[in-house]
Amino acid sequence: MRVNRPRRPSDSSRLQPPTATLELGQALQLLAQTGRPPPAGDPGSTAWLQELIDALVDLSSRDALTGLANRRAFELSLAREVDRVARSGEPALLLTLDIDHFKTVNDQWGHAAGDQVLRAVASALLDSVRPMDLVARVGGEEFAIILPNCATAFGEAVAERVRRRVEHMPVAIGPSQQITVSVSIGGAFAPQWVRSTPALWLERADQQLYRAKAQGRNLVRLEPTAVSVVSNEEKRLLFETFQFQDNE
Amino acid sequence: MTATPQPPSAKIIAVTSGKGGVGKTFVSANLAAALARAGRRVLVLDADLGLANLDVVLNLYPKVTLHDVFTGRHSLRDAILPAPGGFSVLLAGSGMVEYSRMTPEIRDQLQGVIRDVEPMFDHVILDTGAGISDVVLYTVSLAGEVLVVVTPEPTSLTDAYATIKVLAAAQGRRRMSLLVNQTRRPGEGRSVRQQLQQVVDRYVNPALDSAVRLELLGEVPADPAVREAVQRRELLFDTMPGVPASIALAAIAGRMTSA
Repeated sequence: MRVNRPRRPSDSSRLQPPTATLELGQALQLLAQTGRPPPAGDPGSTAWLQELIDALVDLSSRDALTGLANRRAFELSLAREVDRVARSGEPALLLTLDIDHFKTVNDQWGHAAGDQVLRAVASALLDSVRPMDLVARVGGEEFAIILPNCATAFGEAVAERVRRRVEHMPVAIGPSQQITVSVSIGGAFAPQWVRSTPALWLERADQQLYRAKAQGRNLVRLEPTAVSVVSNEEKRLLFETFQFQDNE
Repeated sequence: MTATPQPPSAKIIAVTSGKGGVGKTFVSANLAAALARAGRRVLVLDADLGLANLDVVLNLYPKVTLHDVFTGRHSLRDAILPAPGGFSVLLAGSGMVEYSRMTPEIRDQLQGVIRDVEPMFDHVILDTGAGISDVVLYTVSLAGEVLVVVTPEPTSLTDAYATIKVLAAAQGRRRMSLLVNQTRRPGEGRSVRQQLQQVVDRYVNPALDSAVRLELLGEVPADPAVREAVQRRELLFDTMPGVPASIALAAIAGRMTSA
């Protein structure tokens, strides 16, 4: 996109939309091609332009085939979540998923069937998590889910629900042909009171995914949660005798 | 095939605590001096990557640091410096790496550095950061042994216990040593160990395949000389070897070398 903005030395702080010199044809075409409505309002108005930009941002954050968040959007969200966990102390779960034997699906049924499988798995993933969770396609047959504010006690159940959902979902790959696929799932919690990094977190979840693959696929493997929280019962026992001895 | 003798390799021990301010760096430096006095080759590595106070405790402001080794500007041998107590140190340089920048590359490099120093020393002490962050867990994971420093206070006990719990779950640690610092009466170290072990037995061990066992490496009595040495920026064991805290550290080093 080419933007020619006339210089306004007298009033440089105010941003006027220089619509006359913007070339927006391709952007609008792109939106139409992906089935999005054109921006509402006066063409060229600030509101109209904002809507156009929002639509383009949305478009560039999505995976074209499945409509899920793409790798770029996923990485942004992951970084934001790392910050949020460090500040709020709420546990968050990261799942990484991989379709089992996806190459065989492609080899045996063709790439169109492979695409059908990817789309079906994507919608199964979306259906099995909360609206606030981010589901992303991060590579060929690799997916990831960020689950903010997910209590460690529920991790296993959530991941199992996702796995079962995919396992029990028939995928139509032709007029009279259905196949089923499975996913291997690895997961790791962003530990509380931790200044971690997105890369470390992803690596920890991926390690568990390798475990799930190595141990037979169609499995969930979560990193054992190291519970750093000390309960009141534990504290009571920890201090009891100790204080008693102190007063002797 | 004949068995070839393994090259001598250092015992790598991570000094950690959960809570800050319990004397982690004091213990790392003075234990190193005590081990050096016992004839061992000892290296203390600032595994907090620049946020530790090792340089302050030792009153050393090196020109060449771990940072220069990581960036390839200097060799590892240039960065290993003699410390006042007769041991060696590898300092990171203040503020070298923020926690948030602990990248996989830096972890690989840290691992490489530890591999390289292993054959050069008998003991490598990793002075880790406070808290139980990923970074601390990672540096502890590089060590064969863990020494948890704890003081007889509720906050320190709680954080030491949390650290032990996490290391048992996340790294499968089953044996961890305790050093009870700033004890107010003889035998307090033993009751602190007992107390922690009791809670571990009740709340941690039932969920594990094998039990976590805490060992008391020793206790260091609260000693006004420690504060004095810290304020004078001197190494206690080096300048006041006859005070109770130094004598206790020497005894601990003796146990470590006879084991």
